[in-house]
Amino acid sequence: MNVEEIGKFFGAFLILTGGIASVISVFGLIRLPDVYTRSHAATKSSTLAVLLSLSGAFLYIFANEQFISVRLLLGIVFVFLTAPVAGHLIVRAAYRSKVKLADISTEDELYDVLHSEKKEKEETDV
Amino acid sequence: MAFQILLNFFIAVVWMFMNSSLTASTFIVGYLIGLIMIIITRRFFKSRLYVWRLWAMIKLILLFAKELTLSNISVLLLIIRPKLNIQPSIFALPTELKEDWEITLLSSLITLTPGTIVLHVSSDQRMLYIHAIDVDDVDEAIDSIKNSFEKAILEVSRG
Repeated sequence: MNVEEIGKFFGAFLILTGGIASVISVFGLIRLPDVYTRSHAATKSSTLAVLLSLSGAFLYIFANEQFISVRLLLGIVFVFLTAPVAGHLIVRAAYRSKVKLADISTEDELYDVLHSEKKEKEETDV
Repeated sequence: MAFQILLNFFIAVVWMFMNSSLTASTFIVGYLIGLIMIIITRRFFKSRLYVWRLWAMIKLILLFAKELTLSNISVLLLIIRPKLNIQPSIFALPTELKEDWEITLLSSLITLTPGTIVLHVSSDQRMLYIHAIDVDDVDEAIDSIKNSFEKAILEVSRG
């Protein structure tokens, strides 16, 4: 195999792995019990899936046409910057609107903190 | 750090003008000469030599890539196990980081690594509240990971 074929093979392999990762993350979305655990599957695995597919496409295009696609690299960077923030905001909004944790959850250290903050606020308002 | 990099660029540009050849290779030679000059005069700068901070950044990126891969494999294995025996919980993590960007970076890194999502940053920015997908094996392991991330970020930001 020459270099071009190895590059193509690795690109295709990365895209395949990305596809498998995204399928498994969708299984996670279906199987996991509540919003919080689902967002684990949604943020992490799908980020990795997008990353793998984009870098696979980058590698494949580079090997096939000797073209360095900067837009794909930028896409990877943007996904990396935005995915964790989006996950954090969704989970935070869910917690603030009192979505219950799944029954199997053990402890919740945040509950007291938020509630004492709220009480203090009410007291200062009055 | 920004000042040192700017100075290095400036020296490289001056080198290009002195050679009156505006090519990339002349720029690289000038940049290396400027780097040597900055290393020689490094005691006149207040902060550390910027090369070390760049190196710390590269180490942080590599650490992050490693953790991302490992975390995804562990989450995937968790999902495809026939019986879901997970124990989600929310725990608090005290942090030493002060600057806004450091805390943002730390919470992004935590969110993208094994079984953890940042739920809430306390208003005095001392505590991060983290939702973990499985308490049993993760709780202590996570603390050590946090220490490594926090250390790596401190390494980057240390003047």
